[in-house]
Amino acid sequence: MEFTLYILILPLVSFLILGLVGYKMKPAVSGLLGSVLLGATTLLSYATAFFYFTAPRVDGAFAKLMPYNMKWLDFGGSLQFNLGILLDPISVMMLVVISTVSLMVHIYSMGYMRGEKGFQRYYAFLSLFTFSMLGLVLATNIFQMYLFWELVGVSSFLLIGFYYTKPEAVAASKKAFIVTRFADLGFLIGILLLSFYTGTFDFDKLCSCDPALFSGAIQASFLGYSVISVALALIFIGGAGKSAMFPLQIWLPDAMEGPTPVSALIHAATMVVAGVFLVARLFPVYNAFAPDVLHGIAYVGAFTSLFAAAIACVQTDIKRVLAFSTISQIGFMMVALGVSGMGTHEGTGYMAGMFHLFTHAMFKALLFLGAGAIIHAVHSNEMSNMGGLRKHLPVTHITFLIACLAISGIPPFSGFFSKDEILAASFSFSPLMGIAMSGIAGLTAFYMFRLYYKIFWGTPSEHKHTPHEAPALMTVPLIFLAVVTCVAGFIPFGEFVSSDGLIYEIHLDPTVAITSVLVACVAIGFATWMYKKGSNTMPDRLAITFSGLHTAASHRFYIDEVYLFITRKIIFDRISTPIAWFDRHIVDGFMNGISWSANRVAYLIRGFQSGNVQQYAYVFLIGTFLIVALALSQYINF
Amino acid sequence: MEYYLVVSAIMMFAGIYGFIVRRSLLGILISIELILNSVDINFMVFNRYLYPDQMEGFFFTLFAIGVSAAETAIAIAICINVYRNLHSINVKNLDEMKN
Repeated sequence: MEFTLYILILPLVSFLILGLVGYKMKPAVSGLLGSVLLGATTLLSYATAFFYFTAPRVDGAFAKLMPYNMKWLDFGGSLQFNLGILLDPISVMMLVVISTVSLMVHIYSMGYMRGEKGFQRYYAFLSLFTFSMLGLVLATNIFQMYLFWELVGVSSFLLIGFYYTKPEAVAASKKAFIVTRFADLGFLIGILLLSFYTGTFDFDKLCSCDPALFSGAIQASFLGYSVISVALALIFIGGAGKSAMFPLQIWLPDAMEGPTPVSALIHAATMVVAGVFLVARLFPVYNAFAPDVLHGIAYVGAFTSLFAAAIACVQTDIKRVLAFSTISQIGFMMVALGVSGMGTHEGTGYMAGMFHLFTHAMFKALLFLGAGAIIHAVHSNEMSNMGGLRKHLPVTHITFLIACLAISGIPPFSGFFSKDEILAASFSFSPLMGIAMSGIAGLTAFYMFRLYYKIFWGTPSEHKHTPHEAPALMTVPLIFLAVVTCVAGFIPFGEFVSSDGLIYEIHLDPTVAITSVLVACVAIGFATWMYKKGSNTMPDRLAITFSGLHTAASHRFYIDEVYLFITRKIIFDRISTPIAWFDRHIVDGFMNGISWSANRVAYLIRGFQSGNVQQYAYVFLIGTFLIVALALSQYINF
Repeated sequence: MEYYLVVSAIMMFAGIYGFIVRRSLLGILISIELILNSVDINFMVFNRYLYPDQMEGFFFTLFAIGVSAAETAIAIAICINVYRNLHSINVKNLDEMKN
């Protein structure tokens, strides 16, 4: 498996070439170069998956492989940082997801971004992002993961702010960076705590859950909790920042200011699931030492899921709806991980979470790319400017419908299988959780079909020119992802990824399956009745009846305002302003005083250095006279 | 002997005075020559009256005259070049490098 190194090297090379000399290339050439190199990466990823999953199992589980693990920084003692590549079922699964979606986005962008200023820069950043994301999933130790985690944050920042002349895009990129950075602080402290007490960064050692390794962290306590719980909770905060869990979800909707393919790649399929991946990576540790934290993750996930789904029902911007839907679906994955346990039966949630990650990446990327095609056609993000587009955009219409059905959980599309497993896991955790998640699944179906009908049915709105189908470069990725969405559900996923590595047989629980499909169908029916004909006044009447709820939801429940209040009123006014005054008047004043006195002294002694030799001679002469006078006075005294 | 020394002292202080107050490069050069010559005279006088059977003072003076001739040649060359470039040999105007 030595070739796995090239999976990382190729995107990096692509980034370096495009970043350094890209501006000299023609845009088409740079796009092609990026796509070809990424195509090679994708092939290598598929080859890795093929060889990995066809290799014989060891004790019923796939072996963890480490083709590379080199010592990078050695600080002596027990502190050393390694860089390497770790292959295990989830990282190989992530490889396939990331490279597939990234390749599709690369191809799609050649059509979508055609003629944009900075096309080469765009491709350079895409390559950088792909490199960092692949590095993140392949990390052998938590420190290497943190490095790539930050790189992912930076490339996300660069891509959200791609249209850097637009003030909203700049503000959004700044917001995304600051919020995730803030969460990463928790992650960093968590890493430090964990590695201080266990003395290792390696996932391999951590996930072995050796009691001897963790005894220190379990015994030490902090604020009444054991340090291991605190550390794992802090690490989850990092994951929650990247994965937009409540209350750190505020950056994701704004991040939609970036180009649409970027939203598909980063803010739907890959980067936002980094948090889920992080929890999954450390899942054995969570499960063995901090089940309470794991349950907390489940509750946070469930609340976020409900919260975001409620907001998604009233948003009018097509990409914002998708963004909130992403938050909601990631909530589902977190719930799945949170309710899961270790073992053949208890591990349903783990398997389901990973399965949902896989299927969601495909159909959410499809939804975003479809949204891109729609935006491309009508030049607007607002749903009110769409309507009746099904005749104009047949390919987009069909693929979008497939993705909507998948996310709503209608068989035989992929979303049904993964979501059903999550619901089953929630029901076995507690009936309340199961019912709540089923309700949210229904809400998902409702808002997705609200979106669908508002775009493709309803009253056609006036356009300056007739909307036209996107070019083949854009429709081919749509069709490919739609096909994947159709068939991905039949992958025997449990054979590849499960909590303990053993084969997990997916069998559908008929009660759960029938309930969830029924709920989804009812929700879809409701959406059909309300939105299929643009003339139905029901939505407006509902909005008036529940005007308080409606306004609150369209303002995203005022979470942004709360943040603004805390930062502006409390942090800026009460803390930052006095500190700024101190800095400006005391610290700066002291330094200015030093420079001012040096200046004065220099001014005073300037006359001595006139450069006038005659003056020097004069002073010299007077000095000589003085010395002579002194000598004479001595002489006379004798 | 005292008369010689008085002449020499007058020459010496005339030279120092000229060196300090003169504004022209040539004037300063002549003042330096005056100082040198007064020293030469001192050498001669002390050699002649204190150690009449020795010759070091004479030879020292000869060498000093030779050296001062060479020095004058160089100094005058510098003066000429300064004049060519700046059309003045007044030391007040020679402050190009200050700014």
